[in-house]
Formats: sequence, C-alpha cells, structure tokens
Amino acid sequence: MINYILRRLVTAALLIVAVSMVTFAIFFLIPKAAHADPAEMYVGKSATPRDVEATRVKLGLDKPIYIQYTKFVKGLVVGRDYNSGPTVTHCSAPCFGYSFRTDREVWPLLLDRLPVTISLAIGAALMWLIGGVAGGVISALRRGKFSDRAVMVLALAGVSLPVYFTGLVFQSLFVHEWKIFKGGEYINFVDDPLGWANKLFLAWVSLALLFAANYARLTRATMLETLGEDYIRTARAKGLKERVVVGKHAMRAVLTPIVTIFGLDLGTLLGGAILTERVFSLPGIGKLSVDAVTQKDLPIILGATLFASFFIVMANLIVDLLYAVIDPRVRLS
Amino acid sequence: MSSSLLTDAVPNPGGSGSKPAQSFLDVRDLRIHFKTDDGIVKAVDGLTFQLERGQTLGIVGESGSGKSVTSLGILGLHRRGSAQISGEVWLDGEELIGAAPERVRLLRGNKMSMIFQDPLTAMHPYYTIGAQIIEAYRVHHKVSKSEAKKRAIEMLDRVGIPQPQRRVDDYPHQFSGGMRQRAMIAMSLVNNPELLIADEPTTALDVTVQAQILDLIRDLQSEFNSAVIIITHDLGVVAEVADDILVMYGGKCVEQTTAEAIFRRPEHPYAWGLLSSMPRVDREVRDRLVPIKGNPPSLINLPSGCSFHPRCPYVQRNGIPCKTVEPTLAEGTPEHGVACHIPPAERNAIFKSDIAPNL
Repeated sequence: MINYILRRLVTAALLIVAVSMVTFAIFFLIPKAAHADPAEMYVGKSATPRDVEATRVKLGLDKPIYIQYTKFVKGLVVGRDYNSGPTVTHCSAPCFGYSFRTDREVWPLLLDRLPVTISLAIGAALMWLIGGVAGGVISALRRGKFSDRAVMVLALAGVSLPVYFTGLVFQSLFVHEWKIFKGGEYINFVDDPLGWANKLFLAWVSLALLFAANYARLTRATMLETLGEDYIRTARAKGLKERVVVGKHAMRAVLTPIVTIFGLDLGTLLGGAILTERVFSLPGIGKLSVDAVTQKDLPIILGATLFASFFIVMANLIVDLLYAVIDPRVRLS
Repeated sequence: MSSSLLTDAVPNPGGSGSKPAQSFLDVRDLRIHFKTDDGIVKAVDGLTFQLERGQTLGIVGESGSGKSVTSLGILGLHRRGSAQISGEVWLDGEELIGAAPERVRLLRGNKMSMIFQDPLTAMHPYYTIGAQIIEAYRVHHKVSKSEAKKRAIEMLDRVGIPQPQRRVDDYPHQFSGGMRQRAMIAMSLVNNPELLIADEPTTALDVTVQAQILDLIRDLQSEFNSAVIIITHDLGVVAEVADDILVMYGGKCVEQTTAEAIFRRPEHPYAWGLLSSMPRVDREVRDRLVPIKGNPPSLINLPSGCSFHPRCPYVQRNGIPCKTVEPTLAEGTPEHGVACHIPPAERNAIFKSDIAPNL
C-alpha cells in the first residue's frame, strides 16, 4: 500500500514538471514564432526601443529558453529577484512573475481569486453529486417506469443546456423578475455566510445541472449492471433487506466510477469555471484567466494554467488513492 | 430411503387451500414463468417433489432445464414483477409461495440457504470474507460484531480453511478457487440452515478440489441433519452424494427415483443420453462418448407431446403418441417415476440391449 502511494506521488510530481515545461514552452516560444515580443507586450506600444530592451533584460527574456525556464522554476521554489539596474524587486516563492498590466505579483492575485472558485466548485459539486447519484439510483430501481423517464429527460435537458443559457434565464427570473435572490457583488463566506450562499446559489444550480445529468446517467447504468451481479443475488440470498442490498452492496460498486469522474470534474473546476464565473460575474480564477487573455497578460495566463493543472493532477492523485480505499483489489497491483 | 417420492405425482388441484405436507420440503406443481418480448418462458413447469431432513436430492439436467430457476424460486429470489410463480412450496409446514416477502426474507439465509456456483463472482469483491460471513450471521442473530466474528472464524475453521483467524480479514480475491468455495459454504451454513441448496457447487473447481467440497457438504449435512438439494449437470457429482435424483428436461421432471436406480436401471431416454455422455475413467477408452443429439429445447416454444421427442432416438416406435400426448411421471411406478410413453418392458429391453453395454 505504501509502495502504491509512493509510486502515485512520484508520478504526480513528474506530471506537474512536464506540464510546467509544456506550458512554459507554449507561452514563451509561440509568441516568438508569431514574431510577437513579450517584452513589447509588457511595456506597451508607446514605449521606446530602449525601454523594451531594458524590460527584456529585467525579465530575463534575452536569455535562451531553458535558462528562462530554470529561472522560472527557481522562482516557483525559492523566489526570484528582478534586477532592473538601480532597483531590485524581490518576488517571494512561489513566484509566477508580475502581471504585465498591473505590475502586481501573480501569486497573490491567484490566491485572492481562489476562495471564489472554491466556493463555486464545492457548492455545485455537492449539489450535482447528491442530486445526480440520487436521481440515477431512483431511475435504476424504477427502470422503465415514469420516474425513470422523468429523471432521464431531466438529465438530457441538463446536459444539453449550456450555463450561459440556464444562468441567464435563472438570473433574469429569480433575481430580476421575482427578486428571490440578490444580485450584486460576491460576498466572502467569512463576512456573511448567508449573503455568500444567496449570491452563489443560482450559480451552483446552473453548474450542477450540467454535471448532475452525467452523474445520473452513469449511476443509473452502473447500478443496473451491478444489480445483475452474482454477489447481489448472494446478498439477497443471505436474507438482507432490499435497502441494505441496494444501499450497501450495490452502492459500493457504483461508487467506483462516480468517485473517478467526481475527482476529475472537481479538479477541473477548481482551475476556474470560466463560463459560470463570467455569467454570474464571480471574480474567480476563471474570470481572472479570461481577463488576462483579453489583455495578453502572459504571466497571469501562465500562472492560472499551471494552477489549474496542479489541481487536475492533485485530483487524479486523490482519485487513485481513493480507488485503493474503495477497491481492495487495486491495493495489490 | 425415507423420502417418499411421488406421493403426489399428479399435480395437486387443491391450490393454496390444501393441507400442509408431511415432508420437510414439499414442492407441489411449481411453475415459474417469465414474460419476455418473445413470449412466455416456461422455465419450470409443474415440478413436484419431496425431501426429508438428512436426505440429499440431486437435480440433474442440461443448461436451461430449469434447475437453478427452481432453487431460486424456493428461496423466493425471483423478482415478483418479471416472474410468474404458481404452485406451492412447503418448508417445515409453512407455505412460501403465497407468504409475505418479508417472511420469506427472514427464512432466507437462515432456515434455508444456498451455495452458489462461482464463488468468485458470488462473493462481494469489496468486502472481506469475514465481513460477509459476519453480515450473514448478524441479519438473523442479534449479536455483537465481535461475537459474530468469533462465529465466522469458527465456521471458516469448520470448513477447513487453515489459519482462520488470519484469513477472516482477507478479501475474496486473495483466496484460491477451492478456498473461496469453502468460504462460500461457511457463509451459507453460518446460521445452521435446515435446507441447503447447492447450485453447481463444484462446477467452477478443479477435480481434486471437487471431491473435498462434496465430502465437506456431506459431513456438514450429517452433522446438522439438514436437507440438501444439489443441482448439477454432472451425474458423477450426484452419484457421490445424492439419495434421490430428479432429472429435469425443458422445465419438467422426466425421471425421479433413487440415486442407485438411476445408475443401475435408468428408464428415460434422456437419462440414458446423460449417462452415455458421461466420461468414465474406470473403463477402457474404446469408443467415443455418445452425445445427446440436438440442442436443449426453447422454453418459449416447447415441442408438442413429449418435449424430448425431437432428440429421442426411440421416438414413435410402434405408433406411440410421443409427438402428440405429453407423458407424465405416472408412466413409471410410484418409486421410479418416468415420463416416457415407451412401455416399461420395452424400456427395460432397450436399456439392456442398447444402452447398458456402452456405459
């Protein structure tokens, strides 16, 4: 078991290094290929060639790509000094560099946005997990009956309707028309938990609808398959109550694929839910990335991308470890 | 032999109003039909038999002859929606087909229990062997987990699993096939069932282990004086353990007698076929085995008359109405029921001249 965990940890670490290399290459090699100069992007169009050159030296963009990468990684691990002649600015670890536009450090920017994204992701995740799995189980147990059809139609609708549609409809109905929920700025959980939930609720529902559909369908399919297994017949033959047969014996097997996609979905969402954050004007990481893209703010894009990939890799790692907890057969191999 | 075979060979018309039986297990005119898109599958169609405590009944037949469906029916494991079940199953004076599902659930795993064919798929892969046995015990006994665990270890020890204290915490995939079947048996016997149904208990095992498992079932049976039904397609297995034999074909019983009689003088042509296709190691390999021609019948559309007639080599000798009239077990004697139209004397003659020399 320890071996298994160690192996997974090493794989995850290597994966993050690989992702950072690829991301770095994309963001610093591709502008070069397109004859765009990051230093020029940084200083703006009105700058003199001398300013551009100074910036290039300050950011280390005059060095070969592998040295730039080493410095970048060093910055992430121990921090980094930017030397522009008279002044030396220190960027403490983990240093993702400075925003081209606001000259602020990227890392605090990301940290600032993270609570919003986490709030959105966790709330929505709980909703779709509970709603989707419950819907799927009901559907499977009442296969072919009205409730099965109803859940499946809902699931189809949920997966077909994009967030920018449901989100806007919800907002126009519940916020503007009926005034059940308040619009306005995002509120921190620590400041006002009720206001926080009030602001996020519609965003949770819109996002959850999209995911719950997949969970309901996956749960239904796995549950139907599991209920046909021999060990379910054995459980019934023992004289167990149907509730125990389904709720314990069958659910245990249904959980495996659910945990897998749940981990991955949650990991992806923690990297920023771009559409939802935009539709509900939530200042999360997704919104930060979109804004950075429109402003060609390379360090923020790079930072947000690495941040997101970190979450995805971590989610994968956790799923792998949970697998071993759920399925004892995994522990051996 | 104490079991009274064929006291009730003719289907009992009394329905649920009839008196409780004298036998420990009394199955009367059991019919289990499934509605499908293609028609009604008559998986079991009018099965009647009795079984006493301490006795073993072997139910023999090809795949799809209704053996397993029968056993699941006795345990009440068919879904009420898809299966139409009629007839009566009396267990120790209590009728089960018409009983409340909750009542049958309380008997299941407790007074009557089942050993399944493939212990790898029949045990839950995510729970330890111990946890599964403990669960089986605690459904029917109000005891603490540690007491139940003690009982589980005792049962594992009883079925011959070495180091049961350690192995009780292993998962099914950590057991070998034979050990898994032993664990399955331990789980089935944990509540001292009075009726034990073993559905192909040795089919998934290699031959050396088969004999051990059969010995084990026999030992445990004599210890607890339980009634045992062994379901198999392997006549060698029933020869070893069964007192009585019931040969099933197409959802019906075609021959019903003692184990001894089925080997000494089988009367139904289908039983002859089964015996002729059984390999024998104690004989010279002179000839090929004689298979039964054709395939098992469709249970949706059974052949008219005797459902074995399309495969029977002796069909319509001397104008016997094999294709039109359905034979009943009464064509034989009360001790040896045979559902075959060939007159008894002729059956005997055919067996002596054609079949016996090749067995």
